[in-house]
Amino acid sequence: MTSTSSDLPIAYVPGRTRPTQTPEQLRARIPGWGVDLDPADRPSVPKLQFQEDLSGAHWEFPDRQPEKWPRERSVEHAFLTPVFGTAQPPKGLSGAIRKYAYRYSEGRAAHWLLLMFADRVDAGEHHLSSLLTLRPDNPITETGVLSEFTHHGLRSRVGVKRTDLVHQSLDPVIVAGPWLIGGWLAFRGVRRAVRALRG
Amino acid sequence: MRAMVYRGPYKMRVEEKHKPTIEHPNDAIVRVTLAAICGSDLHLYHGLMPDTRIGHTFGHEFIGVVDEVGSSVQNLKPGDRVMVPFNIFCGSCWYCARGLYSNCHNVNPNATAVGGIYGYSHTTGGYDGGQAEFVRVPFADVGPVLIPDWMHDEDAVLLTDATPTGYFGAQCGDIVQGDTVVVFGAGPVGLVAAQSSWLMGAGRVIVVDHLEYRLEKARSFAHAETLNFTDYGDIVLELKRQTDWLGADVAIDAVGAEADGNLLQHVTTAKFKLQGGSPVALNWAIDSVRKGATVSVMGAYGPIFSAVKFGDAMNKGLTLRMNQCPVKRQWPRLFEHVRNGHLTPREIVTHRFPLEHIAEGYHVFSAKLDGCIKPLVVPTAA
Ligand SMILES: NC(=O)c1ccc[n+]([C@@H]2O[C@H](COP(=O)([O-])OP(=O)(O)OC[C@H]3O[C@@H](n4cnc5c(N)ncnc54)[C@H](O)[C@@H]3O)[C@@H](O)[C@H]2O)c1
Ligand SMILES: [Zn+2]
Ligand SMILES: [Zn+2]
Repeated sequence: MTSTSSDLPIAYVPGRTRPTQTPEQLRARIPGWGVDLDPADRPSVPKLQFQEDLSGAHWEFPDRQPEKWPRERSVEHAFLTPVFGTAQPPKGLSGAIRKYAYRYSEGRAAHWLLLMFADRVDAGEHHLSSLLTLRPDNPITETGVLSEFTHHGLRSRVGVKRTDLVHQSLDPVIVAGPWLIGGWLAFRGVRRAVRALRG
Repeated sequence: MRAMVYRGPYKMRVEEKHKPTIEHPNDAIVRVTLAAICGSDLHLYHGLMPDTRIGHTFGHEFIGVVDEVGSSVQNLKPGDRVMVPFNIFCGSCWYCARGLYSNCHNVNPNATAVGGIYGYSHTTGGYDGGQAEFVRVPFADVGPVLIPDWMHDEDAVLLTDATPTGYFGAQCGDIVQGDTVVVFGAGPVGLVAAQSSWLMGAGRVIVVDHLEYRLEKARSFAHAETLNFTDYGDIVLELKRQTDWLGADVAIDAVGAEADGNLLQHVTTAKFKLQGGSPVALNWAIDSVRKGATVSVMGAYGPIFSAVKFGDAMNKGLTLRMNQCPVKRQWPRLFEHVRNGHLTPREIVTHRFPLEHIAEGYHVFSAKLDGCIKPLVVPTAA
């Protein structure tokens, strides 16, 4: 028993192609349709293409930028790259964790997990030390949350189907959580100290 | 100078910072006249990218005026108006010599798996970025290009990342005439990928997202069909149904690490940082395309593992293509496309925030408020 192939979805038979508009129809509807049809016109085809002019580089190997402190680097590099960023040198406890993390290659989970952990420590260190400055961290201005009032926070959310609202409700917890926990621990610490003094 | 400064997940402020200085003979210092916030910045903003240090200035999409040049700079002089690719690259390493600018080996000591990027954590080299009044631009003879007279500044700033990345995404799909292309994500990258797919001869372009206002843009800007994945219990099944049970020939992931659509995947990634990325859209791409198809991944994922459905990709004989976009390599062709009106970058710009209000800009873009698609940042002195 055979069915006529035209009854069947194209996946099940050999020769049918997808029904689409003709190139003329597409060209009429879409500006520029097909101008890069030829792969030769696509700039990243083939993937590897020797750049004869070295894209403007007038060196075989670049001059080396001075290293002003022992710059942390991936152990998968043969040496410190000739050029590197000098923003935010490692400092404090987070800096020590970061330097330690760079002992592990990028192939090791320890490398990345330590760096993620150091990021959280870094945030904690800076939040605490900001309290001793004239400009303590301000969760209201720094989260930009006031834009909820100027940029239709409510109207952008009600009556529309969006799946991100469920987890957006977690955001305040994530932002405020460390503050609340920190405050609670500080409160307990002070209470305990007061009791001990009285005690 | 004034600069945006990261203060921890979801937090930033504008501070007075030291103006950058020439640190290498081929450096330039550029005074930023216009910058943008990218979907990639959201990964930093949400604290997902390892080694994002407090005090870091973000920003890898910017244009500006050359303020100062180092002693070996030959191609630029103070006063030149330049656009700067988001990649920092040397031009001369093994990778750059072959056109893989986004994979340069001479600019990022912190990692070998990724090249150099402005303002994108220490994992991409520890360079402060362009959401500031001034920025250090290494390899001034290699990366930046003079902004052509005819080009609009807003087109120029979009050409530093979002537009070339969308176009590169379509190229990595290896589209042939008549192909059905599914684009996941209707953000700046996905919208441009959809628009570019037509240039390469697609027969059908379908864009998937859950934000109706962005899907509306996909219809008007990119002439695409659209599917809101919240309308369907199972978007993979719906895509099979709509493609005569074959599946698309090409899928482009323009979503990346913070994909929605699976609460567990999203929360374990974006909220609790337990995986490098929530590959919901990538898994939908893998499962919905036809066997033997190509999946092009432009969405960014962190360096930690992600729960990708690799077995399906293998069994289906898929080709997976991906990279950070080598921006400058796209420019000559893209300049023609912009000039001829085949690509229209600045049509996706929805918001312009003064640098002093950048925290609001990030919140609006991240929480997808007020119909936001692409926010620009205008520095104080611009
Ligand atoms: N490869 C590169 O060179 C490069 C360059 C720029 C950006 N990127 C990456 O591309 C991605 C997109 O960037 P953007 O600026 O367009 O960001 P964006 O955040 O504006 O857009 C992402 C879109 O994906 C949608 N989305 C979320 N979950 C989805 C799902 N499961 N299916 C379909 N859509 C879903 C969102 O609603 C949003 O509209 C980011 O991951 C970014 O890091 C990569
Ligand atoms: Zn980007
Ligand atoms: Zn290089």
